[in-house]
Order: sequence, then structure tokens, then C-alpha cells
Amino acid sequence: MSRFIINRRKFLTLAGVAASTVPLSGCDVFDGFLSSQSPVRDFLASANGLTYRAHRALIGADTLAPEFAASEIRQGQRPNGSTDPTDADYLALKDTAFANYRLTVGGLVEKPVSLSLDELRNMPARTQITRHDCVEGWSCIAKWTGVQLSRVLDEAKVKAEARFVVFHCYDSMNLGLQGAVPYYESIDLIDARHPQTILAYGNNDKPLPVANGAPLRVRIERQLGYKMAKYIKGIELVSTLAPFGSGKGGFWEDLGYEWYGGI
Amino acid sequence: MTIIDDIESRTAPKADKGRVIYRHRIATRITHWTWAIALFFLLFSGLQIFNAHPELYIGKQSGFEFENSVLSMRAMQANDGTVSGYTTIFGRSFDTTGVFGMSGPADNPSYRGFPAWATLPSYQDLSTGRVIHFFFAWFFVAAFLIWFASSLISGHLKRDILPSMADIKALPQSIADHLRFRFHHDGRYNGLQKLAYAGVLLVVFPLIIATGLTMSPGMNAAWPWLLDIFGGRQTARTIHFLCMALLVAFFLIHIFMVVAAGPLNEMRSIITGWYRTDEKKNEEHSA
Repeated sequence: MSRFIINRRKFLTLAGVAASTVPLSGCDVFDGFLSSQSPVRDFLASANGLTYRAHRALIGADTLAPEFAASEIRQGQRPNGSTDPTDADYLALKDTAFANYRLTVGGLVEKPVSLSLDELRNMPARTQITRHDCVEGWSCIAKWTGVQLSRVLDEAKVKAEARFVVFHCYDSMNLGLQGAVPYYESIDLIDARHPQTILAYGNNDKPLPVANGAPLRVRIERQLGYKMAKYIKGIELVSTLAPFGSGKGGFWEDLGYEWYGGI
Repeated sequence: MTIIDDIESRTAPKADKGRVIYRHRIATRITHWTWAIALFFLLFSGLQIFNAHPELYIGKQSGFEFENSVLSMRAMQANDGTVSGYTTIFGRSFDTTGVFGMSGPADNPSYRGFPAWATLPSYQDLSTGRVIHFFFAWFFVAAFLIWFASSLISGHLKRDILPSMADIKALPQSIADHLRFRFHHDGRYNGLQKLAYAGVLLVVFPLIIATGLTMSPGMNAAWPWLLDIFGGRQTARTIHFLCMALLVAFFLIHIFMVVAAGPLNEMRSIITGWYRTDEKKNEEHSA
């Protein structure tokens, strides 16, 4: 009694529904709303503030990122971004194996300090095997050795009005018409004082390679890779991020990436 | 009882029409349309995010110096210099030039995972893809929590979504009916419908939310057990992608069934809540 019949009207309806999906699949109709200057994009990006506050409410200030067994280190740490800076002051340091390197800590501190690599290595060290997550989507597990940023901050005595730590870097990224733009990054004081936030000078039991940020890079284990500035020149304690770059708190942030890189 | 009867009944005098019932509560209708809009943007922004690294792995990390890749979409150059798009699944490569790995105009192709028509924005822009994805993710999750709580309280979940023993026993008949395109429009979900909706709402939705959270390094600190459940961040990313594919498949069948079951009546019910059953016709046929 049952026959598979699709009459003309049903066929036309079906064809109509199929045809209506064609303009939808041309995703470029939305492009105008999504350019970097668009208020629609700015509005959508406001959800990132909600994510940041939700994470701060949900994740304890000192809750650790997962650490892994030595057997999970199955490859070298994959480098990304700048891997061999050609900036003159960096090349001069590299030529002398970073013997003349000094990390400066300034801004809103009681006692600005400047530390050599040996001085940093002589401070209590922390070693952790953690997973590096790139914003692109890949992950890589490696061992990192360094001094906790909180110890360096305590030497410099952070003033009460400081809200952010800014990392100034030796490497520049080429942005075409804008020319070379120096890399910089920033984090809040919760992540700055997190036990796993270290200024790393060692990777997989060797001195930090140039490709991974020699002589000093920061590890911020609860955020994505672009937050973890390499080739650190100096640390500045600030109350606002407005004076730096385009004021969004980092090189990639100025190009549209979210400041909070915990997702 | 064929589809033709259905059309005739709609054009027949009013007295012959089936009873109109209130089928979809307001919570069902609002969450349905929130999901429809949110999933549209989540899908196309998600494919943009995927394109930033168009490869999926099994495990805690991505194998650059060892092999744990399960899917990749890459452009590769042959010995004679020609470039083609390849999709590699479990080590087996397929030429997918024009769609995956390489697409766009022949004289100026782009080397990208999914083509421009499948991503938001159409051009390569990871940061904007993330902005869109994380905006609509909040609405998707909020709608899920509202739907789950209200369906639990109203009994919708137990009455209409979870298959009963009778539904399970009637499954063979339900499958046979579907294969013959013979649908009963009594306003109740049959066993296959319940299984499909329960699968999407109670399995795929929670899974795609949980695997999304598992990719967040911040959430990994708060809820490290998520990593244990899914076997690592990269496996979670792969499951997230599979859930996406399942939802696309569900969407296609969903739209087909709406059209086959009478699109005007179905659309009216999911917008206004009111649905016309074919109860009268059933009685005539059984008589």
C-alpha cells in the first residue's frame, strides 16, 4: 500500500529549501562585519571579558596547570613566532653567549633591579614538565627550568598601584607597511605570582635555545603560547596597558587576539 | 497513506483536517532557535579555527617528531611541481583539490584546510574566528542549561526525549515506516525521533561543550579530570571535530525530515507551538 511518491509540489519545496542554503554558505557576506575596525566585531569580542572573569572566579589563583611525566617528552619543543631575531642589540648579546645580558625590572616598583643570567640561575629554581598550547591548535610537552617570577617581583618590591606585568622583548615582528614592531606581552598579577609562572632559562635539561627565546622567556602555564614572551629584555610593572603598542596589552592583542589567553 | 494523501488533506475543506495541538513549549522554541543561530556561527568560525592548524591528533600533544595524526588537510607539491590539496585520514591520502587542502580560483589558489565558503570570515583570520566562536559558545551553553533544567522540571525530557521500553520495542516498525516514508503525524515523537533527539541533546551537545572546555589551558588547571576523561587535549580536539561532523549530519537529516513531514506545519509548530496532527486520517485508515 505504501509507495515512495514525491509529487511536484513536494519536489519544488525541497528544491527551494536546498536553494535557500546556497547564499548562506557564501560566508563572505559577513566579512564586512568582521573586519578589525567593525563595531560588530568589538561587540562580539566583549564576550572575552566575561570568559576572563568566569575563569578568575572558577580557577583558584594558585591552582596548578597539569604537569607530566618525563616519558611524555617525546620531541623537541616546537618553536613558533620569532625563531632567530636579527635585531642589532640582540645579535650583540648572542655573539657573547649572553654573558652581558641583564634583565631589568622597573616601573611601579620600590627598588628597580637588574639581574644577570648567573644571578637568575643562583636564585631558587623551579623545573616543570608542562604542555605548551599554541593558539593555532597544536600542543607540545616539554621541560622548563627557571626562577619563579614572583621571586624576582619580590626583590623589586611591587608597589600597590601596579596591576599588570609587561614583558618587553628583543625580537621584532615584521608587519609589512608598519615595518618591524617589537614584541611585547602583559599579564595580570594573579598569573604573574602563580607558582608555575617562571622566567625560564632552561628547556629539556639544556640552556634555552635561541629558537625558543634565549636567554630568557616566560612560562605562563594556564594560558596560550603567544602570552609567553620570548627574548625578554625587561619587565615593567604598570597600572595601565594603554601606553604600549596599540594599548591592547600585547603584540598579538594589538592585531585582534584576546588579551586573556586562558581559552 | 502516502505523502500525496498528506498534501491532499492540507488542501481539503477544514472539516477534514486533523486536530491542532500545542506541541512545543516556549522553552523548547526559544532554545531551538538560539541553537540554530549559535550553531551556524559556531560551525563556520570553528572551521576557521581548524584551518589555523588543519590537522587532528590522538593523545596529549601533537606529534611533530612522531606519528599520532588521524586527519590532515594539506597542500602538497608533486615531483613535477604541481600542487594539489590532500586530505589524509589514518595515513591514507586522498586528492581533495578544490575543497580540502587547496581551493579557490585555479590561477590563484589558497592553501587552506576548509575552503573560503566554509569559514567565517571567508579569509584566513584566526583571531576573528575565535572572537565569533567564544561569543556564540556562551549562548549555546546557556541555551543548553536552560533547556536541560526546564525539560527536567516539565517532564519533557522523560515524556518526549528519552525512549521508553515501548519505543524500543517499536523500533523495527519505526525503521520500516521511515524507509517507506510513511509518517504518523500524531504529535508524539516515535522511537527513531527520540533516539535522534536524545543523541544530539544528551550526548553530542554535552560532549562538544566538554571537549571545548578541555581545550582551554585555564580549564585544564581547574578541572584536570576533563583531560583524563578524553585522553588528552589533542584527543579532545579530535572529538570536538567529530561532534561537529555529527551535528552537520543531524542538521541535514533534520531539514530533510521537516520538508518530508510537511514544512509549513513543522515550521508553524516550532515558531508558534501549534501543530496539526493527522489523527482523523489515521482513524479513517484503520477503519
